[in-house]
Amino acid sequence: MLVKENLQTGANGRETFVLNLGPQHPATHGVLRVKMEMDGEYVMRAEPVCGYIHRMQEKMGENRTYAQFLPNTSRIDYLSAMNYTHAFVGAVERALKLQIPPRVEFIRVITSELNRISSHLVWWGAFLLDLGGFTPLLYAFDDREKILDLLEGISGARLTYCYYRIGGLYNDVDDEFLEGTRAFVKHMRPRLDMYRDLVTDNIILRKRLEGIGPISAELCRRYGACGPVMRGSGVPYDVRRAEPYSVYPEFDFEIPVFPEGDSMARYRVRMEELEQSLRIIEQALDKLPAGPVMADKVPRVLKLPAGDYCYAVEAARGRFLVRIVSDGKEQAYRVKLRTPCLSNLSLFEEASRGMLLPDALALMGSLDLVIPDIDR
Amino acid sequence: MQTLLTFLSSEPIRLLVALVAIMSFVGANAAYLVWVERKGAGRFQRRPGPTEVGWAGLLQPIADAAKLLSKQLIVPPGVDRALFRLAPVLMMPPALMSLAVIPWGESLAARDINVGLLMIFAFGSINVMAIMLGGWSSRNKYAIMSAARVVSQNVAYEIPMLLVVITMILVTGTMNLNEIVRQQAGPFWHWNLFRVWVNPLMPVTFLIFFICMLAETNRAPFDMAEAESELVAGAFTEYSSMGFGVFFMAEYANILLGCALGTVLFLGGWQSPIGLWPGVFWFLLKLYLLVFSVVWIRWTFPRTQFYGLLNLSWKILIPVSLFTLALSAAMMKLLRL
Amino acid sequence: MKKTALEILQGLRSLLIGLRITLREFFKPAVTVHYPHETLKIPPRFRGHIELVRDPETGRAICYSCKLCERACPSDCITVDGAKLEGAKKKSVTKYILDFTKCSLCGSCVEACRDSAIRFSRDYNLAGLSKDEFVMDLFKKLEDEARAAGLREAPAAVEPPPAPAESARTAGAAAPAPLKTS
Repeated sequence: MLVKENLQTGANGRETFVLNLGPQHPATHGVLRVKMEMDGEYVMRAEPVCGYIHRMQEKMGENRTYAQFLPNTSRIDYLSAMNYTHAFVGAVERALKLQIPPRVEFIRVITSELNRISSHLVWWGAFLLDLGGFTPLLYAFDDREKILDLLEGISGARLTYCYYRIGGLYNDVDDEFLEGTRAFVKHMRPRLDMYRDLVTDNIILRKRLEGIGPISAELCRRYGACGPVMRGSGVPYDVRRAEPYSVYPEFDFEIPVFPEGDSMARYRVRMEELEQSLRIIEQALDKLPAGPVMADKVPRVLKLPAGDYCYAVEAARGRFLVRIVSDGKEQAYRVKLRTPCLSNLSLFEEASRGMLLPDALALMGSLDLVIPDIDR
Repeated sequence: MQTLLTFLSSEPIRLLVALVAIMSFVGANAAYLVWVERKGAGRFQRRPGPTEVGWAGLLQPIADAAKLLSKQLIVPPGVDRALFRLAPVLMMPPALMSLAVIPWGESLAARDINVGLLMIFAFGSINVMAIMLGGWSSRNKYAIMSAARVVSQNVAYEIPMLLVVITMILVTGTMNLNEIVRQQAGPFWHWNLFRVWVNPLMPVTFLIFFICMLAETNRAPFDMAEAESELVAGAFTEYSSMGFGVFFMAEYANILLGCALGTVLFLGGWQSPIGLWPGVFWFLLKLYLLVFSVVWIRWTFPRTQFYGLLNLSWKILIPVSLFTLALSAAMMKLLRL
Repeated sequence: MKKTALEILQGLRSLLIGLRITLREFFKPAVTVHYPHETLKIPPRFRGHIELVRDPETGRAICYSCKLCERACPSDCITVDGAKLEGAKKKSVTKYILDFTKCSLCGSCVEACRDSAIRFSRDYNLAGLSKDEFVMDLFKKLEDEARAAGLREAPAAVEPPPAPAESARTAGAAAPAPLKTS
C-alpha cells in the first residue's frame, strides 16, 4: 500500500489520498465502511458504504406471518428493541382495531422507556470510548446491568426481548419488577449527577465537542434526520408529542431541545432524555392500573384486512415507522421499516466536509448509529 | 585479597553494578507497571483486573512477555529495513542513560555529574526521533499520520518543560541533581514545591512540569500517538512481537524517568520528612505516588483534540512558564539571593 | 484575558472534580461476578432452550404431537413426530427435534402450545464441540432423564411405530406448515 500511488489531485489542486475506515474498525459501531478522501488530516469527502449486515428483514416480513415476524423486530436495532417491537405490534393492532387493555399500554411505556435509558447508556459509554475515556463505559454498563436484570425478570431475555405480543404482552409483570424499577429510578438520579460531574462538565470533553460538527436544522430537514440529531439542531420534533401513540399523552415530560447544532448539543439532548425517561417511568408506575395483559378476542390466525397501515414511535435514535401493506392474507404483502439511522447517516457526507479526522469521528459518534438499523 | 577488594570497590566496577541495577530496575518496572496499570484500571472501573495468572495476577506480565517473545517478528515488505529495526532500539537507551544520574538515595547515584539535568534533557529528545522513524519506516498511512502528530506534540511540550527546568535551575542555583535534593533537607515544607518565597507560583510550576511530562511520554489525555479508536495503534501499527513490546517498555521507562525527575526537582528526592527510614524508601514512595497519579489521570479523562493539545502548549503553558521564570528572577533579585 | 484565566481555572476545577469521582470509585468494591468461580442466580422466567414437560400423574411427556409449535416457529426449528399407543385416545410424542442453531428464543412455540407441554429451560452455559450437539432431540432427553432418575427400568414406554402403514400416515400429517420461500 504505497502512499504515492493512491494520491489523486483534489479539486483545488492538492494531492489527496483515500483512507478506508474499513468495516472492521474500532470507531464505527458495527460494520460500516467509510471511504474518506483525505488531504493530510482533513476529510475532503467521506462516502459511507453500508450493506455489510443486510439481513433482508423487510423480505422476511413478506415470508412470515405477523406473529412469526416479532423476533425480527427486536433485531433491527437491538439496543432499542422494545420500541421497535412496539411499532410493529401497534401497526398490526391498529389494522385489526383491537382494544388494548390500559395495563398493557402502561407496561409497554415503562419497558420502552427503560429500554431507551439502556440504549442511551450504551451510546454514552461507546461515544466516550471513541473519545479516549475508557472508564465511563464501565460505569454506564454497571447501571445498564440493573435495567437488563429487571427486564430479564419479566421477559427472560436481556437484549432481544420478544415481550410484546399482538394484543398485549407475553406475561404480566410481578411485584419484584415494580419494586425493582422504583429502586432503579432512585438509584439512577444521583448517577446522572455523577455523569454530569465526571464527563459533561469536563473541560477536555467540552473542548472536544463544542462547535464540532455543526448541523443546521435545514440540513436535517433535507436528509430527513430525526431524533436527538434534529433536536440538537433546535427542531422540537418528538413523535411522542407530534404523533401521540399509546398512553404518552397522559404523562408530563419535556422534550429537550438545544439550538446550537454541534456535537455538544446532541450529547446534552440525550443526557436530558435520560432524566425525562426517569420521570415518565415514575409517573407510569404511579398510575399503573390493574387488569388483563392480553386483549380479548385476538384471532388465533391473524389476517389483516387489505390496506395500508402505519405506526410511528420515538425510538432511542429517532422516528421509527412501520408500514404494513396487506392483501388480506396471513402474511403481509409488504413490510416497510423506516429506520432513523439511515437518514442520520446520510447527512454525514455533507456535514463532515473539511473536518479533521478525529472531529469527523466525533461527529459520527454523536449521530448514534447502529449499523444493523441502517442495513436492516 | 586487598587488591581484589580495591579492585571491586573501584569506580568502573561500581558503575557497572549500578548500571546493571538500573537496567534490571527499569526492566522489572516496565513489566510490572503494566500490572499496576491494569489493576489500577480495574479498580477505577470497579472490576478486579487480572486475577487468573498467579496470585492476584502477578504473573500476568510474565505471561504477556512470553506471548510477545513467541510471536514472529514480521518485517513487512517494502519498509525501510534499517530504520524499521532501528526505531525500537533507539527508544530504550535514552531513558536508561538518563536514569544513571538520578540520585536514588544519599549516595546512590550511578554518576554524580555536575550537569546531570542538562544530560537528561539532551537524551530526552532521542525518543521522539525513534517514534518518528518507527512511523515513517512502516510505510503505512496510519503510522505516518501518527508519527507526524507525535513530533509536533513533543516539540511543543519540550519548550514549557525546559522553561520550568530553567526556573528550577535558577531557584536552586545548580544543575547537579544530588545537590538539588540536598537543598531540600528537613521537614516537607522545605521541599521545592513549597519554596514560594522565591517563586510564588511554585505549585503552578509543578503542575506545568507534570502536564509536560504526560505529554512527552504520550500518556492520556495526550496519547494521540496511540489513539486506538482512530488510528489502530498509531506509529506502532506495523510492529509485532518484541518490537511492539520494546516500544511499550520504553514508554513505561520514560514515565519512570519523568516521575523520578519530578520527585527530585519538586518533592524532595530521597529526603525523608520524619527522618526514620533510609532515603531510598522515601524516593521510591514518592516516585510511585506520582506514577499512580499518572495512571489515575489516564483512566479518568478523555483524549484532548490535537489542536487543543497544541493550543494548550503554545498559548497557555509557554506564556505561564515564561511568566514564572521572570517572576522567580525578579524575586531572587529583590531578596538578593 | 480575564475570561481566559477564568476559563482555565474553571476547567482545572472540573478536572479535579472528575479525579475525585474516580478516586471515590477506586475504593468501592468490585461489581463484577467472578465467573466461573461464582455464578449468578438465574431468574425463573429465563429463556433457555425449550424442554418437554412431564405429566406428574402418568410420568410421560404431556406433548401429543399436535404440531402447533412446529407451525408457529418462525425459524423452522422444530420437528415433531408422534404415534398412538395401543388403547390410547391421543397420540404420544416419539421424536421432538429442536434445531437450536436456528432458534431465536422468541417463545412462539411455548405460547402456541395449548397444553403447556413445552416450557423454557434455564440452561445457559451450553458449549459443544460440533454443531450437531445443538440439534437436540428433546423427547430423548426427557426419557434419558427419566431413566437416570429411576422412573423407568425398561426402555421408553412409547416406541416409534414399526408398521410402515402407520408411519406413512403420521408422515403425511407431519408436513410442516409451508413457510413460503418464493
